[in-house]
Amino acid sequence: MTTTQAELKEFEEQADRWFLENKPANPGFILPETFMEVGTDSQFEFLRDWQNKVYENGYVGMAWPKEYGGGGVDQVFQDIATKAMAKHRVPFLPNTIGLNWAGPLILMMGSDADKAKYIKGILSAEDIWCQGFSEPDHGSDLGSAQCKAVKDGDEYVVNGSKIWTSLGSYAKYMILLARTSQQSSSKYAGLSFFLAPMQAEGIEPRPIKKLTGEYGFCQTFFNDARIPASSMMGNEGEGWKVAMATLTFERGAAGGQAGGLAMMDLTIDDIVELARRAKRNGRPAIEDPHVRNELVDLITESKNNSLMAARAKVPALATDWPTAISMSGKLRSSELKRRMCQFAISLQGANGARYVSKDAVDGGMWQRSYLNAFSGTIGGGTTQIQHNIIGERVLGLPKG
Amino acid sequence: MATIEFTEEQTMLLETAVDFCRKNSPLDGVRRQIELDDSVDAGIWSEMADLGWLGITIPEQYGGLGLSLADVVPIVESMGRHLMGSPYVPTVLAANALVVSGSEAQKNHWLPQIAAGAVASMALTEEDGNWRLQEIQSQGVISGDAVSLSGKKCFVLDAPKAGVIVVSAMIDGAPRLVLVQADQLPTNALTRETVIDETRRSYTLNLEGITVPAVQVLDGADFASIEQAALLLLTAEMAGGLAGVLHVIVDYLTTRKQFDQYIGSYQSLKHPSVQILLSMEACRSHLYHAATLLAGEDANAIESAIRMAKAQGSEAFAFAGDRAVQFHGGFGFTYDCDAQLFLRRALWCQYQFGDAAYHRALLGPLLLDEVS
Repeated sequence: MTTTQAELKEFEEQADRWFLENKPANPGFILPETFMEVGTDSQFEFLRDWQNKVYENGYVGMAWPKEYGGGGVDQVFQDIATKAMAKHRVPFLPNTIGLNWAGPLILMMGSDADKAKYIKGILSAEDIWCQGFSEPDHGSDLGSAQCKAVKDGDEYVVNGSKIWTSLGSYAKYMILLARTSQQSSSKYAGLSFFLAPMQAEGIEPRPIKKLTGEYGFCQTFFNDARIPASSMMGNEGEGWKVAMATLTFERGAAGGQAGGLAMMDLTIDDIVELARRAKRNGRPAIEDPHVRNELVDLITESKNNSLMAARAKVPALATDWPTAISMSGKLRSSELKRRMCQFAISLQGANGARYVSKDAVDGGMWQRSYLNAFSGTIGGGTTQIQHNIIGERVLGLPKG
Repeated sequence: MATIEFTEEQTMLLETAVDFCRKNSPLDGVRRQIELDDSVDAGIWSEMADLGWLGITIPEQYGGLGLSLADVVPIVESMGRHLMGSPYVPTVLAANALVVSGSEAQKNHWLPQIAAGAVASMALTEEDGNWRLQEIQSQGVISGDAVSLSGKKCFVLDAPKAGVIVVSAMIDGAPRLVLVQADQLPTNALTRETVIDETRRSYTLNLEGITVPAVQVLDGADFASIEQAALLLLTAEMAGGLAGVLHVIVDYLTTRKQFDQYIGSYQSLKHPSVQILLSMEACRSHLYHAATLLAGEDANAIESAIRMAKAQGSEAFAFAGDRAVQFHGGFGFTYDCDAQLFLRRALWCQYQFGDAAYHRALLGPLLLDEVS
């Protein structure tokens, strides 16, 4: 397929105009920043309608095959559309697990029937997906999953529970990692991977109330739940391999992620802008020398994080501990975000003590963002575990 | 412009410099050199000249290689890693000042000599420790075709070895740069200073009674360029020093046992070591980003990148040196422990040409205030 620069330019202008003109008005309630924070029906419906509209107008799944509901064009168009979404700061697309993990997985290894059944619903947000990997007793240690699936005729009977299932209450399907054999050669070999229907009897997602006071996650209980054997991806015992493939989808490759904005991210520019508006003792916070010192420090750290990607492309500069940069991305970005949000509250004088309400600065989003930022510093291995991992695997320090 | 570029030349220079400094500046060698008068062995200095390192930033028509300060960075970083002392940085800074602010005659006279191995130095700071290079008390009074200097300059590195020193002084109410040759210094003009980094040979230069031909005043007076070059090379030393001190830490944490365990298995030592690792990577990223931008035209971007690099590196290196001493326990309290060498180097780097708070204050207008 050849695409001319003129076509790209024209598409860029078209996408830019569409997102400018179609950016939804403020719904009158505070919106989540990621799919992990969707806590009310009105938030969910608002975001699902938005994704549906984006899809109907052809701006998501652009590079996915046309026969299954995608756009069938080059990935470069999707990248342009995604950039326009970020530029206009439109809401994110909530079907994150479907668009980024389940969809690419089904396109890569699913049957034609699977693709016909699932892909369009993922893109249109009619079929919401959730993820069932983590378990209450095995936070980051997926290989030790204990949730059991026992074959019975053309079904599997599932017992156990999964935790941190975002959108669990709204999901039609779950990508589920379950133990199908207790006698396997290793803990990994006993796992299998399913596209489990959430409406099956015996599956109960129970919302978990977060420290923000909102909902957004579920613990999903399986009580003799029966799911069709045909919903297995790959063969029995290949679940670990499939799960790892699911977690490593790269952008751009054929059958890659559907694209579109996955989160409303805060940047240091937002904090600087807040410092101009927020008042400390009657003056704009940005005039306070201590605030300025801290802001410059945060900008420096933020700049560093954005430079790391460029650094990683220069092997000659990755000398002593070459994996330090790649192993520390999540640690650096999640800790910076937590500190930025914490700092944003300090710009508000006594109003720093408010919480989500109309009197709070920006409706209390900074306070809520700070509390939510712990999802990054705890999820996927806490900051403290990250330090252990980097200390041991990168610096070669002994295990404790 | 890419955010970080690293050229073939830089790659080769880094490889050569890493080997050269490892071979010529092992830590016991650094300790031996501390006891001697000079900051480096004369033979090693002439090898550095033979490698062409002194002429890197000097244009080809003056006998140099015609490369840039960005190409000096990998060399200085490698020296910093091995705490190698030498007049290399002051000489490069003086050559750079001549390239940027010197007249054709001044360049023709001095640059080929420097490229061939002559030592040069800079005399900028004064007794009050002010980091603002243009706020100086030293005076130069022009009378006929001579300029008479007065005042006192501090932290003049390797001054007795220098064939020429670039001195800042107020002339007719404006800060200017004057070349002072070794043979124009009265006896006793130089006094050795006691400084925290014992690998340095730092001197006070008393300007009283020094009169030089007025043609030795540099045509230009680009203090911003002098400051940027100094900050870039100090950050290069700090980036190297961070890697060097982290190796000292990791070596000890993986060999020293307490309570039947290697001390590196304790999280209270492991976690700060990771913090140092990430701050070292950050320092290197900021450093090579600043070096990359230098080739461009965006003055604000260059200044921001360089000040950010110095601010971040200063704090990171000082923290690493401080923790290195602490992690060595009782041994860390002794002169024999190498951690102190790095801590002392870090303190020198932190307080030369502005500490972190100073640069962050200057970054405020560049990063925070809307351009009107």
